[in-house]
Amino acid sequence: MTVLQLAALAVVAIAGTVTVFVREPLRQTVVAGFLGLALAILFLVFGAPDVALSQIVVATVAVPVMVLLALAKLREEER
Amino acid sequence: MSRRARTRLFLGAAAVLGAVLLWGLLALPRPVAPPPPSARLSTSVAVHERHVTDTVAGVTFDLRGLDTLGEELILFVAATGAAVLLRAQRDEHDEADDDSEEDPGAPGVLRVAATTLVGPVLVLGAYIVAHGHLTPGGGFQGGVIFAAALVLVYAAGKTLATDPVHPVASIEIVEAVGAAAYVLVALAGLVVAGVALANFLALGTAGQLLSGGTILVLQVAVGAEVAGAVTLVLTEFLDQLVLE
Repeated sequence: MTVLQLAALAVVAIAGTVTVFVREPLRQTVVAGFLGLALAILFLVFGAPDVALSQIVVATVAVPVMVLLALAKLREEER
Repeated sequence: MSRRARTRLFLGAAAVLGAVLLWGLLALPRPVAPPPPSARLSTSVAVHERHVTDTVAGVTFDLRGLDTLGEELILFVAATGAAVLLRAQRDEHDEADDDSEEDPGAPGVLRVAATTLVGPVLVLGAYIVAHGHLTPGGGFQGGVIFAAALVLVYAAGKTLATDPVHPVASIEIVEAVGAAAYVLVALAGLVVAGVALANFLALGTAGQLLSGGTILVLQVAVGAEVAGAVTLVLTEFLDQLVLE
């Protein structure tokens, strides 16, 4: 296992833990995006570029935008 | 359940999960070990029998092409269902819908950055879709990148998304055509070659842009379907927010 792989694993572990402990949904979305990016790098350094690309588009485009839109919708309803 | 009991339950479950994970990880082949026969076999099949240099595309669209068809239809149904639900809610607000309301729009820097990026992002999406059989990428990834262009348009100024020329109908058509094209290619294989999803086009030279036979067609179909599905759901969401 290379240094790069170990570093990627460590970043994913830290980002995952932080995602769980951030309780505010808006911030959690941003932190979860970082976790997704870290996972993509992890997949890349372990030799799975296809999975990494899917991970990038899902975790940094599809999921955050949908969660943010849902949050915005909820806030409008609360008002 | 008291906090103490919950903590105990968590620690017990975490210990079991950790042990099972560690057990599974230790049984994995070492990164330095020679690849298993299945890896060499699928690479050989992808390059020699389907003329695609991206083995993952060969596996996704040939060895397990039927699973990919199922996945594509799952996304199709999910996006359609979400759009139907959101649209039913939107109809409730139709009376309050007046487009005369002027939107101040996004701040200048954001608008310039977003507008500048729309073109390159579209090109990137097209590149990822068209080269899915040669390099990592393909219909799914490229399709989501296409949808990202819509988000950029929205970020550049909300008013653009509510223009009278509404793209929803064309988005639906793109999505439906993408889903139908995959089914048609599968059926064409059944008719021409006797097996569903069997290749019936010229395979070309591996490594060339026009190669891989039906895989390239399927990539484009999936790209259209995914771009349509994600864009449809996002548009319905955005419409709701803007119209209210």
